[in-house]
Amino acid sequence: MLLISAYKWIKKHILIIASALLMLVHLYMVFIFVPTDANQGIIQRIFYIHVPLAWIGFFAFFVTLIGGVMFLWKRDFKWDRLASASAEIGLIFISLMLLNGCIWAKPMWGVWWVWTARLTLSLVLWFIYAAYFIIRAYISEDGQRARFAAVVGIIGFLNVPLVFLAVQLWETQHQGYLIFEGGMVPEMTWTLMAGIVAYTVLYVLLLKDRLVLKNLENKLNQMKNFITGG
Amino acid sequence: MQLLNKAFVIAWKDILSETRAREIISSVLVFAVLVIVIFNFAFSGSQQEMRALAPGILWVTFSFAGVLSLNRSFIQEKEEGCLEGLMICPVSREAIYLGKMMSSLFFMLLIEAIVLPAFVLFFNVNVITLPIITLTLLATIGFVAVGTLFSALAVNTRAREMVLPILFFPIISPVIISAVSASELTLNGAPWSELASWVGIIAAFDVIFLTASYLIFGFIVEE
Amino acid sequence: MADADKPAIEVRGLTKSFGNNLALGGIDLEVETGKTLAVFGPNGAGKTTLIKILASIMKPTAGDVSINGLSLKDNAEAIRSHIGIVSHQTFLYGNLSAYENLRFYSRMYDVPHYQKRIKQVAAMVGMESRLYDRVGTLSRGMQQRFSIARALLHNPDIVLLDEPETGLDQQAIAMLWELLKEDSGKKRSVIFTSHSLERGLKACDELIIINKGKIACCRPGNTLDLCGLEQLYKENTGSVNATA
Repeated sequence: MLLISAYKWIKKHILIIASALLMLVHLYMVFIFVPTDANQGIIQRIFYIHVPLAWIGFFAFFVTLIGGVMFLWKRDFKWDRLASASAEIGLIFISLMLLNGCIWAKPMWGVWWVWTARLTLSLVLWFIYAAYFIIRAYISEDGQRARFAAVVGIIGFLNVPLVFLAVQLWETQHQGYLIFEGGMVPEMTWTLMAGIVAYTVLYVLLLKDRLVLKNLENKLNQMKNFITGG
Repeated sequence: MQLLNKAFVIAWKDILSETRAREIISSVLVFAVLVIVIFNFAFSGSQQEMRALAPGILWVTFSFAGVLSLNRSFIQEKEEGCLEGLMICPVSREAIYLGKMMSSLFFMLLIEAIVLPAFVLFFNVNVITLPIITLTLLATIGFVAVGTLFSALAVNTRAREMVLPILFFPIISPVIISAVSASELTLNGAPWSELASWVGIIAAFDVIFLTASYLIFGFIVEE
Repeated sequence: MADADKPAIEVRGLTKSFGNNLALGGIDLEVETGKTLAVFGPNGAGKTTLIKILASIMKPTAGDVSINGLSLKDNAEAIRSHIGIVSHQTFLYGNLSAYENLRFYSRMYDVPHYQKRIKQVAAMVGMESRLYDRVGTLSRGMQQRFSIARALLHNPDIVLLDEPETGLDQQAIAMLWELLKEDSGKKRSVIFTSHSLERGLKACDELIIINKGKIACCRPGNTLDLCGLEQLYKENTGSVNATA
């Protein structure tokens, strides 16, 4: 009896449990398991958080693109809810990634901000998806908001490869900063992989909960409309 | 061909309207020259320093001028419901996009054709060269390709004038980065071959966003 | 062009929702060639949405519209050339002269011998003398006349009028109804929305009252007098017509 209810509890909370465990494992790997980098020293450990944060940002915006395309095609508002929920999470992760970049830059180069390709690209993305939410706020009609947001989500993501190419080339032209690249020992690769898995699970968890909340908001609005006779 | 024909009819209507009212070209032109003058106050330096700053100033001027003129593009269509008037015509939404894009391109190129000599006059940096003109042409196509789409989007929101710049600038950032870098190179005497990768990025931007905006425009105007 | 067996306008299960708001909830109607249908209803009932969908400015969420037997879904561009619209906005560019505006629309609609046709429609609305004036300098009433000329330029089979009396003055409305009847002996089908029960009743062959996105009732126009219509309107919408 107890076993069954425990099983049910775990099944219901599987994502949050998995996410918590993976995060702990990842932290252990970052601070204890992985060897210290020879060139950058201890500060290089931030890399194992920096990259997964960036990865989730990009992945979330990719989901926003898919949600946008599906909304324009099917005109079902569940796709718009998916797109905007994912963009919210993406924007938070990209913001964290930029902050994280600042923390990395200060001890490395003595300044809070460096125009590395990765940070510049993320900054541009931050602006695009900030605009995504500003536009959503400026439109009061649901259908129009969803259509316009879908367009911004599509055009914004199509821009990623171009911005990437441009900032890469720009970095090489303007004497790039020494960034940690290549030369990773297997422990380093494992730690990075663990980070990507842990953060991806966290993303799925956040997305699922945000969608539950958005669906409730939507139901509430439907009821409000019904009561006010709209 | 029917599509292009109708697009030309729409573009010609805009150009004719502009010759009567001169709402876009004259004001944007004054604005662009003002930007150049203000930059001159901000960075008044030696000949050498101005040469280094020139590409940046030129492209900031062009992108500001672009956002200002693109903002006007759909505002006149909103007065008296003219956009609906266009939409009930037996033409595709794509023809409307192409027409509006072509008229914006024409206005922008005209403005740039006047700003470039003004730039030479004030900064004594020769920007009237084949590489810079090519870059200007390609970058402007990119500007109006996304700008026309976003202009149509912006006029339908509550804060028309605010929405276009906050969307437009981050999206055109690869064009700005490439155009500034390539202009720097060519002003320092670099040959075409060194510009190629920058020109390639701008050209790719033009192709991708002309296609995407062309396909997506209908979703903006049609509820 | 018109298929004799098919009604000029046929609407089936037309639904339009804006997010959670249902603007039209399953509209079915038919208008036979040459007939005039009046659409009454309170503000927000879905009148303008209906006109916008018929004009293919808006896409329906569900359902379809057939014009002369052709589905609007697949033939929107071809169908648009058979439709003329007078709205409370003129769709004219203030910076251009009336002639240039009409020339622009002639090119968009591929009107043959447009110079002749422009003079003809300008004469029809009694505005020949102002044809070369800038639209922005004309009075509201004059602009509205040119707006009627614009709507009839391509000699449409079907005319949609979205609350003509809010946009047009008395004289212009009278002129519009005359023109719809007599121009070149063509049988035009008309759908119009109206706030005024009195004027709407006079002009229509058939009428519908819509409320909250649904057709509340449908009657032939000649079976009702104004009192009867007011009564019917009150029964079906729960409100008294504001302008009646």
